Amino acid sequence: MNKKQKRQLALIIIAFVILAVAAACEHFTNMPPQAYTAMYFVSYLIIGLGTLVKAVKNIFRGQIFDENFLMAVATIGATALGEMLEANAVMIFYQIGELFESCAVDRSRKSISELMDIRPDYANVLRNGEEIETDPYDVKIGEIIIVKPGEKIPMDGKITEGVTSLDTAALTGEAEPRAAEAGDEVISGCINLTGVIRVEVTKEFEESTVSKILDLVENAAAKKADVEKFITKFASVYTPLVCLAAALTAVLPPLIIPGETFSVWIYRALTFLVISCPCALVISIPLSFFGGVGGASKLGILVKGSNYLETLAKAETVVMDKTGTLTTGAFDIERIAAQPGYKDAEILELAAYAESYSHHPLSQSIISAYGKPFEAGRIVDVKEIAGRGVFAKIKAAASENMCAKAEDNAAGEVANVYAGNEKLMKDIGISSVPTLENTVVYIAVNGNFAGYITFADKIKPDAAEAVKKLKQLGVKKTVMLTGDKEQTARNVAAAIGIDEVRAELLPQDKVNETEKILAEKSPKRSVVFVGDGINDAPVLARADVGVAMGGLGSDAAIEAADVVIMTDEPSKLAAAIGIARKTTRIARQNVIVALGVKFAVLALAAIGFANMWAAIFADVGVAVLAILNSIRALNVSKFQ
Amino acid sequence: MKKNFKLENLDCANCAAKMEAAINKIDGVNATISFMTSKLTLEADDAAFDSAVEAAQKAIKKVEPDCLIVR
Repeated sequence: MNKKQKRQLALIIIAFVILAVAAACEHFTNMPPQAYTAMYFVSYLIIGLGTLVKAVKNIFRGQIFDENFLMAVATIGATALGEMLEANAVMIFYQIGELFESCAVDRSRKSISELMDIRPDYANVLRNGEEIETDPYDVKIGEIIIVKPGEKIPMDGKITEGVTSLDTAALTGEAEPRAAEAGDEVISGCINLTGVIRVEVTKEFEESTVSKILDLVENAAAKKADVEKFITKFASVYTPLVCLAAALTAVLPPLIIPGETFSVWIYRALTFLVISCPCALVISIPLSFFGGVGGASKLGILVKGSNYLETLAKAETVVMDKTGTLTTGAFDIERIAAQPGYKDAEILELAAYAESYSHHPLSQSIISAYGKPFEAGRIVDVKEIAGRGVFAKIKAAASENMCAKAEDNAAGEVANVYAGNEKLMKDIGISSVPTLENTVVYIAVNGNFAGYITFADKIKPDAAEAVKKLKQLGVKKTVMLTGDKEQTARNVAAAIGIDEVRAELLPQDKVNETEKILAEKSPKRSVVFVGDGINDAPVLARADVGVAMGGLGSDAAIEAADVVIMTDEPSKLAAAIGIARKTTRIARQNVIVALGVKFAVLALAAIGFANMWAAIFADVGVAVLAILNSIRALNVSKFQ
Repeated sequence: MKKNFKLENLDCANCAAKMEAAINKIDGVNATISFMTSKLTLEADDAAFDSAVEAAQKAIKKVEPDCLIVR
């Protein structure tokens, strides 16, 4: 509790004690009425003076229907009617409600900021051989920073020296430390655990992962959910309407109905005023979503806005990219099959050179299998052919032990190499390549089919479980989109339990397929697309909710997606949907309970069955319940 | 231009909603206030941005006199 809150609590306790004594005196002693009335007044002033002053000030600024005013009118009215105990009680409970609300808001703000306690305060930069502690903002790309054990890595970079393990929990929710050594990329926000490392900075602080994530989470609350917009709109008409109803209740019945007295109806009207405060409603909705967004980020799921939680909760169809999402995307070479006249090593070498500029996962694994450094100048020309593969002109090695065909060539002669899929081979006039079930790269040299390399794509260990969980959550259909071959795709889908497969798609086909799926969905439900974010930006943008996997280090993913899953686990999607469901359920419960109770008490008060005590419950009691309920959204342990 | 501001002394959620509505009534200004993060996101033309912030501050003061835009 802060100072202001402590002071408020003290006032509440003092006023409550005086009130209790006064009430006891009134009912159990023969004290003259003046004595306990004086005590009631003292208690009322202690607890209510601040509210009265604010109410008067606000009237002068033209803010009539503010809650201070409502409370002031209700309690002064009750006092005038001789209901001093009730007037006091209303004021005290109102203050308790306010205090509770501000503590709850502070607590959930704090738990989020602790969660987001990844902002590094300084960087140790190496300048002229000296280590200087400086603001991360001042460090430039290319400079070397030193990170000691226990420190946060201040900006993204590449380790140049040292071996260590990194704690990425704040970013990914992953408890297991990650090993890192010279040559590895590191991401800001991780905590260096064991060894001193030197890091060459590759991104300025503002562009680094940690800054992007903080921005994203801080701005999430600005994108409001529909239910939140509804409730603020509702509040702006609700309060004036109830006040009007109160005014009419106070005046009309005694004038029209013979025998009715003003004091009875004014009391009922005052009860209305107590119920008319909209604050419980208005605070409980953003508090729930804030908790949901915060809770999700605890698990390494970044949600860019409350509205996306709402859409995610309505997921009907989940469309997933295969490579990098359901499978690891790190393809291991299974087999190299050279045609007669070529050697396996030669096929691998040509493929590696041809693919050396490509970032495709297959290329990466060919390059790492080749494992040797590329000789400068051997690649004359490279062209990427979207959805097909690559074309490259590669010079034969000057001194290499190239095999038969290459040896025929004079050193330095250029080979036209095509590496890619079956479509590419057909395009260049090679019609008879072996049809394979696996993921494969075919290689053609100077127009002749030279061999192929097959790959085994590893299915992520939690992929099947992820699909099962999605089904349990009520997702009707799961679809896999892939550029891969039909058969490979079907095998993966069968192993994981995916309902539908659309294979052999070019990047633009993925958008078209997604459009089709969007057209088929039921109204009020949503289509979620999950991709690795690199090639999938258009689809991420087109789907109702775009979820990018493995957001670590990929700017494209963080920018294009609505939800970013920091780890590589598809099961986190189920967790995200689970959290979204829970959050929207809590928000809806709050709306229904708060409105239900308020309207019920309004109705009862109008016919004289509810007194001011019931009104206090309808206001403060419901606020407290709604806030307590909202805080549940922060608890995500069951989705882990 | 779109910019984020921190709000000081933003005490009540309903006030935040009222402020948001009041600021959005200013010509050419688009705003959201997040009560939970105490943040104002203001969008206005570059040329008129400073005066928009000024007008927003006025609108905010009318609802909650202690509440300040941190610039």
